[in-house]
Amino acid sequence: MSKLNDIPVSVEAASGNVIPLLHEIRHALKRVADGQDGTIIDLRSLPLAPGEDDRIETILGKGELHAELDALGPTVIQETSYAGVWLVTHRNTEGEIVARFIEVTRLPDILKSQDEDIELAIRKLQDELDVGTGETAPALEAAAAD
Amino acid sequence: MRKGQTLGEYLQAQGVSRRGFLKFCSATASLMALPPSAVSQVAEALATARRPSVIWLSFQECTGCTESLTRSHAPTVESLIFDAISLDYHHTLQAAAGTGAEAAREAAMDENLGEYLLVVDGSIPIGNPAYSTIAGMSNLDMLKASAQNAAAIIAVGTCAAFGGIPHANPNPTGAVSVSEIIKDKPIINVSGCPPIPVVITGTLAHFLAFGEIPELDELGRPTVFFGQNIHDRCYRRPFYERGQFAKTFDDEGARKGWCLYELGCKGPTTYNACATVKWNEGTSFPIGSGHGCLGCSEPDFWDHGSFYTPISAGLWGSRETLLGAAAAGTALGVGAAMAARARKKKAQAEKEADAT
Repeated sequence: MSKLNDIPVSVEAASGNVIPLLHEIRHALKRVADGQDGTIIDLRSLPLAPGEDDRIETILGKGELHAELDALGPTVIQETSYAGVWLVTHRNTEGEIVARFIEVTRLPDILKSQDEDIELAIRKLQDELDVGTGETAPALEAAAAD
Repeated sequence: MRKGQTLGEYLQAQGVSRRGFLKFCSATASLMALPPSAVSQVAEALATARRPSVIWLSFQECTGCTESLTRSHAPTVESLIFDAISLDYHHTLQAAAGTGAEAAREAAMDENLGEYLLVVDGSIPIGNPAYSTIAGMSNLDMLKASAQNAAAIIAVGTCAAFGGIPHANPNPTGAVSVSEIIKDKPIINVSGCPPIPVVITGTLAHFLAFGEIPELDELGRPTVFFGQNIHDRCYRRPFYERGQFAKTFDDEGARKGWCLYELGCKGPTTYNACATVKWNEGTSFPIGSGHGCLGCSEPDFWDHGSFYTPISAGLWGSRETLLGAAAAGTALGVGAAMAARARKKKAQAEKEADAT
């Protein structure tokens, strides 16, 4: 027996929390369909047996939309095969998971452009147009020549 | 992060977008065991939070608590929280040494009178002050002097919170906890040997975000992390309910991941977040790795008999009565766990009676 994986351990542990979690998601989905607020479930708050994280992910499957965000490390926002149920995994710059949520909503907030960033974008674009340097310089020069 | 700068300003200066900030707040809320719905409150509070001065004192300790925090830190979230405090004094981490180090501590205390956060790891020997001194100053004197103008104290680790291993029988140094000496300051006990790193940073984050101490249990521990016992949150609990126990560490039950109660697991009497938060970036925890809980976040855990003797054996006298007790526990179900604290008090009383 030379490798750790060779040790014959078969874990049959089950916390019993997977099915109740799926019921919770179904109830949350019904609320969204009825026009009420969405629900966010922190997977770290649940006692899960080894392998149950993966089981949940397998049951939920993958849907049409997959988005990646690069802010303080990568974040993956995956719509599951159940419309309105999203799996959001936040990682740090070293790739370690720092938080994992199931969001039951039409669109996770983190995907939307944020007001503060939009305001900053307006200022930045205005500065660019005022100064006329960088990427916009050739276009501005051409406009002035016309 | 410069003095007077808010955390929001600091993150913006670092080029962190609002979206990145929300991610940071989501992870922080998760760290603090707050519901995800609290993210907007955390964002609002953290955006305006100012950098608190932190003085970290290490007394009779093994540096395991600092190692727990610094060796397993998750950059960008926990380290940002760590960046968001001004760590003005810490034996292991500071660059200064000798009189320069002590001058830094005194300067931080003077400049942040009544506002600095005092973190203590290690117990304090009162049997003879010379057992542990820093710069010629006894731990007792340094604690009293540093606590005098602190806003609050966080006792990190079981040694600072309850005396820990130095306090274990026969306690040769007369080791005591912080709360046995300081009576006029709010004290947060973050117990564990060592504590889970995210529990340390989660407690710091709470103070940083809300400027106040979190709700505490009767032992002074944040209820968000210590409000439920390991047993109640253990994924092996269904096996306990069904009376399926591993009898040895290599039998069929052990291989199938059955309950470790009979192998001495202290989960039913131990309050901590290991079963949910877990260790090593949420990878596992002792029970998940096939070993019972040692009960390290509880007072006098070192003196509660063998780690491999079932809890019930200490209460009813012999291991033979265990099976009956376990069966009763199975029948009682949730009631057994609810009675855990009472059983523990009884065991403690019996132990003290035996000692006298």
